[in-house]
Amino acid sequence: MKLSDFVGELSLEINTCKDGLQREITGVYVSDLLSDVMANSKAGDVWITLQTHLNIVAVAGMKDLAGIIIVGGRKPPEDTRQKAEAEKITIMTTPMPAFEAAGRMYQKLKQQG
Amino acid sequence: MPINIDKEIEGSFQIIGGNFVNAGEASTQLKLLLSKLGVDEEIIRRTAIATFEAEMNVIIYAAAGRMHYHITQQGISIKVDDMGPGIEDIGLAMQEGYSTAPDWVREMGWGAGMGLPNMKKNSDIFKIDSVVGEGTTIEMFINFP
Repeated sequence: MKLSDFVGELSLEINTCKDGLQREITGVYVSDLLSDVMANSKAGDVWITLQTHLNIVAVAGMKDLAGIIIVGGRKPPEDTRQKAEAEKITIMTTPMPAFEAAGRMYQKLKQQG
Repeated sequence: MPINIDKEIEGSFQIIGGNFVNAGEASTQLKLLLSKLGVDEEIIRRTAIATFEAEMNVIIYAAAGRMHYHITQQGISIKVDDMGPGIEDIGLAMQEGYSTAPDWVREMGWGAGMGLPNMKKNSDIFKIDSVVGEGTTIEMFINFP
């Protein structure tokens, strides 16, 4: 499944690196603690978080994550967006809270088996 | 996969305290180097976690620091020393969940008390030495398979 398959389902707005929407995703990780994401996320995961500051880009890059979904209608600031474009990290935003965004992704990924 | 290291490689990165903009720069460079050398993915993953956490600690707590790496046929050794406040109680600092980070750092999702434990978990040898008022030195060794 690709990131683009979730755009409608999660009402995603694409903030940076549109090309990344075609990337195959292998899982989802939900956390707002950056050390936890460093330790426990896996390459190819989509990361759901409410953090918006620019260190999320470094973490996603280090872990080779498929993209970042920022929840709750929060928007990444300009410096985060610039860094994400430079490092080719796809950042999307959704008005949904983390629970709903994760739930919808879980359903869809599970259906696919 | 054999590791393409015919001679030992070493180098170092400067890390500036408080510079959250470039956070992850040193560990990313090191990760790229290891990838280029054809180092095992799992070793790269562990090194990335350990060095990123060490780098973040310098940025969060210290005025400045340095990350030195030394790659041999046997593995990679990393030494991070900083000019920081030092750690009063290393035993406490090593406990998962313990942190002295200020609130604004915690709001960024750092300072969860996972940094030092993550470093230890991901290295085969982990040493920490600290002098209050002077700084902290961390040495890590990760064996190649």
